[in-house]
Amino acid sequence: MNIVVSIKQVPNLTDDLEINSDGTNVDLDALQYVLNEWDEHALEEAVLAKESAGGAVTVVGVDTTGELDGALHTALAKGADKAAKITGDYPRGTDSHTQAKLLADAIKGMSPDLVFTGVQAADDRDGQLGPMIAAHLGFPYVGVVTGVEVKGGAAIVHKEYAGGVMAEFEVALPAVIGVQAAHQPPRYAPVSKIRQIAKTAKIDEFAGGAAPGAGSTVRRMFKPVSAGHAEMWDGSPEEVAEKIVGLIKEKGLLKT
Amino acid sequence: MAVGLDKVKPENITEEKTLVVQGMDISGHWNRMFEQRVIWDYDLDNLEKVTNLPGGESLGWCYGCAKCTGVCPVDIVGDYSPRKIHRKTQTGTDLFTSPDLWLCTTCMNCLRVCPKEVDMIKIMPAVREQVVLAGSNVPPELQKAFEDTAKHGNPLGQPQRKRADWVKKAGVPVPIMKDLKRPVDTLWYVGSYPSYHPRGIDAASAAARIFNALGIDFGILGIEEKDDGDSQRLAGEKGLFEMLAEQNIATFSKYEFNRMVVTGPHEFNAFKNEYPKYGGDFKVSHYTRFLVEHLDKLKPLLKKPVNLKVTFHDPCYLGRHNGEYDAPRELLCAIPGLELVEMGRCRENGYCCGGGGGGMWLDSFTKEHTTMRLSERRVREAAEYGADVLAVCCPFEVSRFEDAAKSTGNDKLLVRDILELLDESMRG
Repeated sequence: MNIVVSIKQVPNLTDDLEINSDGTNVDLDALQYVLNEWDEHALEEAVLAKESAGGAVTVVGVDTTGELDGALHTALAKGADKAAKITGDYPRGTDSHTQAKLLADAIKGMSPDLVFTGVQAADDRDGQLGPMIAAHLGFPYVGVVTGVEVKGGAAIVHKEYAGGVMAEFEVALPAVIGVQAAHQPPRYAPVSKIRQIAKTAKIDEFAGGAAPGAGSTVRRMFKPVSAGHAEMWDGSPEEVAEKIVGLIKEKGLLKT
Repeated sequence: MAVGLDKVKPENITEEKTLVVQGMDISGHWNRMFEQRVIWDYDLDNLEKVTNLPGGESLGWCYGCAKCTGVCPVDIVGDYSPRKIHRKTQTGTDLFTSPDLWLCTTCMNCLRVCPKEVDMIKIMPAVREQVVLAGSNVPPELQKAFEDTAKHGNPLGQPQRKRADWVKKAGVPVPIMKDLKRPVDTLWYVGSYPSYHPRGIDAASAAARIFNALGIDFGILGIEEKDDGDSQRLAGEKGLFEMLAEQNIATFSKYEFNRMVVTGPHEFNAFKNEYPKYGGDFKVSHYTRFLVEHLDKLKPLLKKPVNLKVTFHDPCYLGRHNGEYDAPRELLCAIPGLELVEMGRCRENGYCCGGGGGGMWLDSFTKEHTTMRLSERRVREAAEYGADVLAVCCPFEVSRFEDAAKSTGNDKLLVRDILELLDESMRG
């Protein structure tokens, strides 16, 4: 069974964020990049699937930082069998539409049975990479998955909904899965092992094509300024509900 | 090559009926007194698994005298010693999967007394490294410490960018090299526990006040500083240590300074003995020796008497590993009113606190294999000698001993870094 895991690096969440001089984005060049946490879970779920059903795991990403090799070596140390990267003029913060096209083009040639990727990433919170890759490849997509079991030519996936609701889907392969959490915590790869692998690992390179772009641009990004205060209302739920209705009417927000 | 067991393998030894050596006929039944060692009656596969590892050879040299068992701190509260490991590998124990692998704190008391120089400081890290690479049988608490060190530059899992926050509350200037932008005389490597742990911050702040009072021209690295990783190295993550060494050496090399001073013995050991192998050769002192060099200026500042009975715990990595027993005592004796009381297990025979060799992150594991923590055993000893204060000079120790004082019912025993005692006497 051939599993491909698509990964992406995002800014380290504990770094301080400054807006860039254009005022259109966070100053990404000043930040330290780490592997997207949901992609860590996607990798773990892929390695677990390989360990139980057999096969090989290939990890691939678009190199937007020039430092993707470290993440690929770490993935190999955690149990991936092959690593690949897409190179070209793709700066930090390259949008998910572009990444999805570049990744789909590379993944097509890998004949995957399953494509795993984190259901979302901490930088753009788009959640669209998985569905867009699936659309490019013509594969079905299931997101917010917390467990995958491969049986015959299909995958049984465990999907989470809000309110504590869960569902079990049977998905025909090949398919794209957006992983919310692996069914076991991601394993630790000793730095000793990562450094050992870094000496001998071979990373396949794909030259990426034109960037389709997101179709939208950010006009302004700014830190919200506190303009006023919040009014706290006491009382029974009925009393507060009446106050809310009165406020909505007063502000002219009802089309009557 | 002949190391480990090779010298005495049965194939290498012959018994002769007649024997003439250098013209002398020594034939006779007396030369048949020399029989093969008893060890060859046992299956030696598990022993050879260790002795075949680079660094593991010396385990094969043990001849069972048990001098190590008498001084091993873990055997006092459990059933463990190098000699026992040597014997157990002959009777079915595989060190790679045995819990014994994680009980050694690398305190070196065994090596100090071993007539055959069986070196657990090399043997344990060699086996642990293989186990860590394979990823199985590593206690989860230790694994988390490795992960936190790799991700955040400190084993406490605190954010890298908060490493210099303690400076704001020190009450005295603590220059940070990146902002200072000029050479200093002394680069002070603060360390992870003094930067993040509340009791470590107490010692770091005391050190800052003392350095200021002495007019030392110093600077710290602030958020550019990363953990020394020496204990992680001894616990099996050599690659993590090397990565940190490369990063730290690159950072040190950015700045100009005449000498380095460190707060803790573990980084003292790393910078003095290991970093030169990676291209980082710096003149480094532990703060105790550094302050003794300034004692003529420090002593007049120690105005307020500290009328307490103080006993001193020799840190393994300052004492046994690096030969420094006197500087801490000179500092304590310089404090007016302080009465220094020595514990029975002091100086070369000091009793390990349990923090070294990864022990700092293995308590959840070792408690299943010992009757009490090493720190609890040590605190009881301090109490037996009637001490009011247990003085320390290693950042691992203060939290270990304060916990142990509470858990053994010795709440009245105070635990203080020597820096805190000096600071108390200085502040008048």
